[in-house]
Amino acid sequence: MKLGFLVDLNLCMGCKGCEVACKVENEVPLGSWRLRVKYIDIGTFPDTSRSFTPLRCNHCESAPCERICPVSALHYLENGIVNVDNSRCIGCAGCMMACPYGAIYMDPETNTADKCTYCAHRVESGMMPACVVICPVQANIFGDIDDDTSHISQYIMEHQGAVQVRKPEKHTSPKHFYVGGGNQTLNPLAQQRLEGYSLFNNITHLEHVGDPHHGVIDRFLAPFAGHEHLDNKSFMDFENKAHESHEEEGGH
Amino acid sequence: MVEHGIHATQAVVTLDVALPGIIWGWMITLNMWAKSVGTGVILVGAFLLYRHKKEAMPNLRWMMPLISFIFLNIFLLFTLTDLHQPYRMINIFLHPHWTSAITVGAWMASLFTGLITLMMVIGFFDAHPDARKHGACAKAAREHSALYEKIFPFVVFLAVPVTLYTAIIMAESTARELWQAPTEVMQMMWAALLAGSAGLIFVSGSWSKESRKDLALVLAIATFFSFMMYMGEYFFSFKSAEAEATLAYVHSGGEYNAEFWFGMVLGFIIPFFLAVKNMKEDNKTLLRFAAILALVGLYLVKDVWLKIPQMLPLS
Repeated sequence: MKLGFLVDLNLCMGCKGCEVACKVENEVPLGSWRLRVKYIDIGTFPDTSRSFTPLRCNHCESAPCERICPVSALHYLENGIVNVDNSRCIGCAGCMMACPYGAIYMDPETNTADKCTYCAHRVESGMMPACVVICPVQANIFGDIDDDTSHISQYIMEHQGAVQVRKPEKHTSPKHFYVGGGNQTLNPLAQQRLEGYSLFNNITHLEHVGDPHHGVIDRFLAPFAGHEHLDNKSFMDFENKAHESHEEEGGH
Repeated sequence: MVEHGIHATQAVVTLDVALPGIIWGWMITLNMWAKSVGTGVILVGAFLLYRHKKEAMPNLRWMMPLISFIFLNIFLLFTLTDLHQPYRMINIFLHPHWTSAITVGAWMASLFTGLITLMMVIGFFDAHPDARKHGACAKAAREHSALYEKIFPFVVFLAVPVTLYTAIIMAESTARELWQAPTEVMQMMWAALLAGSAGLIFVSGSWSKESRKDLALVLAIATFFSFMMYMGEYFFSFKSAEAEATLAYVHSGGEYNAEFWFGMVLGFIIPFFLAVKNMKEDNKTLLRFAAILALVGLYLVKDVWLKIPQMLPLS
């Protein structure tokens, strides 16, 4: 068995239902995402179009994150899922350096690496991932790509020539496919990311990695001092000024 | 006008989540910099011992492992401090994953530090016969004095992979294409020779002129080739689109451009000329000044090279 994922970008309408379902199912803290839907505008007014690209872990067959993890916190399950054991993670962020898709984050509550696991706990119980169940247009297709009769295998066969993966040149053999994607939607270098500008907010970069309330010394004291209670409010930072400095640094 | 519209035909991200900023920051720069000194003094020390008699460098036997010990501990401290779960560092030894260069490096660096500690203790008590005359540790160290020479070749051999494993971590960091260049290996080696010669320059006051001349030679060669390698990276474009986009953070001006060129001038160009000059005229003060500049410049350049690939959006 080799589980894979396919998103038909022609069907996705950017409702972000999958994003919310993932957050709720996996209790992902504010400021962190296992799955996100990126809006990309193409063209000049009035000839513009907007495309929506859901982005999550690609569960690569040759996963760089698994290879670089010094303690096997990132490991393969028998069904092909790249799982993460955050009780073993040492928080070195090597996986964040290795993942070409930027799919791994440092959980601010546990200070360990985390990412999409294709809802491995649900899959184990015979259920579909939360993002698949919630999608109102069935743009998310999940299943066994080793099985020729599975829905995902048949969908791939029906759309031969139009099925793409992100960054194939990295030789990671992603098990996450897109139908209806193009260079402008799947290649981050083909997109302009205007710092400080977005539809609903101007926060473009996180100020911190991991727990914002734990400095270097706190990391050592944490087991003795007890963890400060964190709720969603404690991660909200409307005074984030990180984008200002990046404006000067960037040009991208 | 069409040419004004070309830009707009590109895709623009209009809604996305906040992306992480720089993840591996100054602590990792300091970590790499300190490791360069820690292993470099052993490599350069071995070269000097091969070229000159021990009597020409009377304090080398104990100062070399002492400097290495201090900087290796700075390296290990910041390796630990940069972890989000520092106490779980033990998992690298309890649950090692051998495909990871981090694991292999941690094991090698720990073994290397252990051997350096042993050499330092033996070297110190041999050089200071009056220190702790009746102490058990001092007595044992003096009794096993010959062990120093026995383990030294192995330590020199081990210093090479300990220097280079960081380049393999860079190579495994698939997301950061600037680090994927094979030149990264040579950059690490030149950095170690540069930092090692600079480190030993500070304790070479009582050495013979010839041995100090060799130190200046190593510094000159290391700064020259380091500069050449970075210039090659900077100007040549035989590399991927992502690496090119990363280098744009340096090419396009701004703080990283300034830091990069400060590093080049302070760390490589000025120390090169000072070291070459010092090979003709033995000027200890000037050589120490060159060593300080080289170490400061090396830190700046390493800092730029570490941070700019992390600024590129990956998805």
